[in-house]
Amino acid sequence: MAIEPIGASAPEPAHRAHWGRVLLLLPFVAMIWVSSYDRVEPTLFSVPFFYWYQLLWVLLSTAIIGIVYLLEH
Amino acid sequence: MMNWTALTVFVLLFVFVTWLGFAAARWRAGDLDLLHEWGLGGRRFGTFVTWFLLGGDLYTAYVFIAVPALVYGAGALGFFAIPYTVMIFPLLYVVFPKLWQIAHQHGYVTLSDYVRGRFNNRWLALAVAITGLVATMPYIALQLVGMQVVIGAMGVETSGLLGDLPLIIAFVVLAAFTYTSGLRAPAMIAVVKDLLIYITVIAAVIWVPIKLGGFGPIFAAVPAAKLTLPEPPAGSLGSLSAYATLSFGSACALFFYPHSITGILSSSGPRVIRRNAALLPAYSLVLGFLALLGFMALAMNVGAAPEFAEGFRRYGNNFSIPALFLATFPAWFAGVAFAAIAIGALVPAAIMSIACGNIFTRNIYREFLRPTATDAQESAMAKLVSLVVKAGALVFIIFIPVPYAIQFQLLGGVWMIQVLPAVMLGLYLRWLNGHALLAGWFVGTALGTWMAWTQQFKVAIYTVTVFGLQVPGYIALYALAANILVALGFSAVALFRRKDDRKLRAEA
Repeated sequence: MAIEPIGASAPEPAHRAHWGRVLLLLPFVAMIWVSSYDRVEPTLFSVPFFYWYQLLWVLLSTAIIGIVYLLEH
Repeated sequence: MMNWTALTVFVLLFVFVTWLGFAAARWRAGDLDLLHEWGLGGRRFGTFVTWFLLGGDLYTAYVFIAVPALVYGAGALGFFAIPYTVMIFPLLYVVFPKLWQIAHQHGYVTLSDYVRGRFNNRWLALAVAITGLVATMPYIALQLVGMQVVIGAMGVETSGLLGDLPLIIAFVVLAAFTYTSGLRAPAMIAVVKDLLIYITVIAAVIWVPIKLGGFGPIFAAVPAAKLTLPEPPAGSLGSLSAYATLSFGSACALFFYPHSITGILSSSGPRVIRRNAALLPAYSLVLGFLALLGFMALAMNVGAAPEFAEGFRRYGNNFSIPALFLATFPAWFAGVAFAAIAIGALVPAAIMSIACGNIFTRNIYREFLRPTATDAQESAMAKLVSLVVKAGALVFIIFIPVPYAIQFQLLGGVWMIQVLPAVMLGLYLRWLNGHALLAGWFVGTALGTWMAWTQQFKVAIYTVTVFGLQVPGYIALYALAANILVALGFSAVALFRRKDDRKLRAEA
């Protein structure tokens, strides 16, 4: 494979931010608001709310970033 | 007692990745005498390799040893690592493609390069460079803790001068392939590491609950006080604010670490970074399950088992996960799991030392010591520094023991986050002034170090009283707030003075 100098690959077209980016604030609000999830009930498969709710946000934040990506590309 | 089966499997896997590390030099071959080839893999990694590289980079021995150990010892508080990883990816998505774009245009290899170019202030760039070097040291040391614990768990004597020998051998191997192959080595090894980690975690998360009779008995074994964060006392936000600030502060600090920047800049473009922001959380799920392993170790009551007493005495709660693996898995699979952890420490340690090599060479050696350095001299210097940094971390771990290894990472974050105003605000606010940012950096670093000093560098939480309300919070965020206030305040003053000057000149 040939050696590529810096800047050799074609630059991507200018990226335009979509208004949907405000959705990206949701994970911050949800996670910093600790008192909203610091409890045991309701449990899910015997796992306390505190734990499964935060794991659920791993999935939700992935989904949100995925949606914003699709809106922008 | 030596666990020969586990040790054999461990050594075989270790030898395999060592071979892989040296072979990586020929992968997508480039001229390794150029800094961006050795230190950034030629900026050619696509979505797939970047996913493994960043995953291997961000989810380190911290995840496998330190987080479960904190959950085992302190309960719910240790789970702050989950909201932390929930918050890092929106930041990655928004901020860092922009930075990649600029770095690519100007050939920047480090954050300091960017700051130097953006503010034309070599002292601010030096501050950013030194912060990166200093904050990375405890982080590499944390990787070493992980490696030391698993080596000890296989019955290898790890005390005394002879006891440090396995660790020293592992690090010489690491140093050698990093030196010859650069970033290509950890990129390739990261793939093997992640496969091993996923296999281990999936096995543990399925097998341990079956053995213990489901999640019910596991959580039932956890004392109520550890199950959730304790109710804050009157007049204080208690552990609620500690939890929120630990996760938010860690998230803000993460991508300014030299090794994160190296991972990001080595990708082939903004699109790859954005895609990875959406794909990397797969690792966060694994992290979540690993954190819960801390509770499983508690439910198995490994701390009371006589065969593990020695391990806990020597390594404290960091021994909880190795003990859990030894208690649940057959010996050969424990060997696989321990290899996963040790290799999981090698990858980030390699990237961190490469990143430090890049920084020292570009921002200290070439900027202050030898401005006329050739490309080959630059790359030789970076290779040399990558060795020195690893030796430094090794000294750290041999001489400084801490109760919770996670404190290494949190203290590093206190310093690392202080470059946020120069880098992140610098991307968005045109009117920022380099001298003001330097003053802010100084105030933030001094305040953060002082706060950590009042806690004897053992915990990263400091209690600030706001209008009579006690708010315990992560030191990094308090120090950052002071930093931003100073930086914005002085920048505004500088801006108005310049406008006044212009007005006066226009009137005269």
